Amino acid sequence: MSHAFIELDRVRLRYREGDDLALEQTTMSIREGEFVAVVGPSGCGKSSLMKLVTGLMPPTEGNVIVAGQEVTDPISIVGMAFQASTLLPWRTTLDNIMLPLEIVQPHRSRLRKHKAEYIEKARTLLAEVGLSGCEDKFPWELSGGMQQRANLCRALIHEPRLLMLDEPFGALDAFTREELWDALQSLWMEHKFTVILVTHDLREAAYLADTIYVMSKRPGRILVRRENELARPRTQDTSFTPPFVDLVHELRDEIRSVRAS
Amino acid sequence: MSTEPAVRQPPAPSGPMPPAARRKKTMGRRLAEHDATKKAAPWVATIGLFVVWEMICRGFSVPEYILPTPSASFVAVWQYRDAIWLHAAQTLYTTVAGFIIAVVFGVLLGALVGSSKTIYDALNPMLIGFNSVPKVAVVPILVMWFGIGTVPAILTAFLISFFPIVVNVATGLATLEPELRDVLRSLGATRMDILVKVGFPRAQPFFFASLKIAITLAFVGSVLSETVASNKGIGYLMMSASSKFNMPLVFAGLMVIAVMGIVMYEIFNRIEMRATKWATRG
Ligand SMILES: Nc1ncnc2c1ncn2[C@@H]1O[C@H](COP(=O)(O)OP(=O)(O)OP(=O)(O)O)[C@@H](O)[C@H]1O
Ligand SMILES: [Mg+2]
Repeated sequence: MSHAFIELDRVRLRYREGDDLALEQTTMSIREGEFVAVVGPSGCGKSSLMKLVTGLMPPTEGNVIVAGQEVTDPISIVGMAFQASTLLPWRTTLDNIMLPLEIVQPHRSRLRKHKAEYIEKARTLLAEVGLSGCEDKFPWELSGGMQQRANLCRALIHEPRLLMLDEPFGALDAFTREELWDALQSLWMEHKFTVILVTHDLREAAYLADTIYVMSKRPGRILVRRENELARPRTQDTSFTPPFVDLVHELRDEIRSVRAS
Repeated sequence: MSTEPAVRQPPAPSGPMPPAARRKKTMGRRLAEHDATKKAAPWVATIGLFVVWEMICRGFSVPEYILPTPSASFVAVWQYRDAIWLHAAQTLYTTVAGFIIAVVFGVLLGALVGSSKTIYDALNPMLIGFNSVPKVAVVPILVMWFGIGTVPAILTAFLISFFPIVVNVATGLATLEPELRDVLRSLGATRMDILVKVGFPRAQPFFFASLKIAITLAFVGSVLSETVASNKGIGYLMMSASSKFNMPLVFAGLMVIAVMGIVMYEIFNRIEMRATKWATRG
């Protein structure tokens, strides 16, 4: 267990005194570089789990340990992206992606002197997700899928060791979504950060994750931990193979039984 | 203002459009096509007002000491142009001076109020209370402290115009999307970082919108103060003209204030449109 990158030990979370628990007895252990997906019914505490791991909220009981340190304040080795792309409308795409560099050390102090180098890096990252040529466009000039690609770039520009994604593709059409799975998978295979992905889409979880956690209804608890050994890189073809289809069915049954209980 | 994706916006109504809406739409298109008509509209409306006013005065033989005709008022503007110029310059000066103080103070206070819930709760009742006090009641106090003339006029303009700036700046800062705040906080952003990188740029459209309101209010303040306690400015000019029953000059003063107000409003309107292009997505 000492090799774990992220450790949640019997964590409980209550938003307000007198409220029901949002998370109950949550225990997780995540290796560095692991791609984790969390699925569960709406309102079960998935977003709350993200806030706990990133230190945006303290646990009511229990411990959260990330990279060997107990989390008490927001940790700065993390990049985040949400369903609503939070790009700033007054900045160009390139400037949006550079935002974390203006905040996170050591980039913050180096940015002015090494501007060209950082801009190059941002352009490379944009190219990796197929957004070359959009650097000087404003976010509202991009399509929803393009905005989400840019959002991913912004979450990754400062090379975080941990990427937190809260339903990042939820608002996209199925076709664009599957394109972005490939984009994310190749980014991950290239840069080898740890990912926690919250999703409603079981195929998405099966396509991307090494490990899938299924949570119960509120108060949220981890019910099932399912390893996913399908070979990488997974492709659209993988998603039609029997092992993939079986996995999705298995997850669907789990979720169905959770919701019925 | 929003950074939301298009999908969150309400879906466009489907099915046949109701007849009223359709009529409106074609009317709108016609207006947009006739750009010249659009430009001329305010002038036509203003001239129309003067014509109706003139006709009423003449048709009902309204005596000049009750309501002078616009033509008589225009004649008065020309006849007293030297005095009007002098007093208008004074009013413009006190107004702009008060307005500038209001902008500086309003932004600082707005930033303070908008960036902390505690400060907001602490100051809100005081601000509302202060804003509810009729400023005409404050002028005598200012006169006691600073004597009559320029200073109370500047201060009244300031006092009456800073409130909308505070409210708008504070609103712009306080309505930051929680998800964006989370993203920034998880990067280790300090309060100051959030304020500078996101808060202020985001509050800009709110700020510029408030300037338009503030500048017109500043005119109200300075003229009010000049009317009560000054021997300079358009307010004083009107006061002294009315004591001599020179109604055309009173109305000439009113028109000059109105014109100054419109010009200043338009200036800030243009600045707003230029500075916040992104907010209108164009
Ligand atoms: N800021 C808050 N204050 C109080 N209660 C909250 C707050 N945020 C979430 N909750 C509660 O905590 C529970 C878990 O919420 P959370 O947002 O983590 O759910 P979720 O699993 O992300 O749901 P969804 O899939 O719909 O996004 C919910 O029942 C919700 O009512
Ligand atoms: Mg959620």
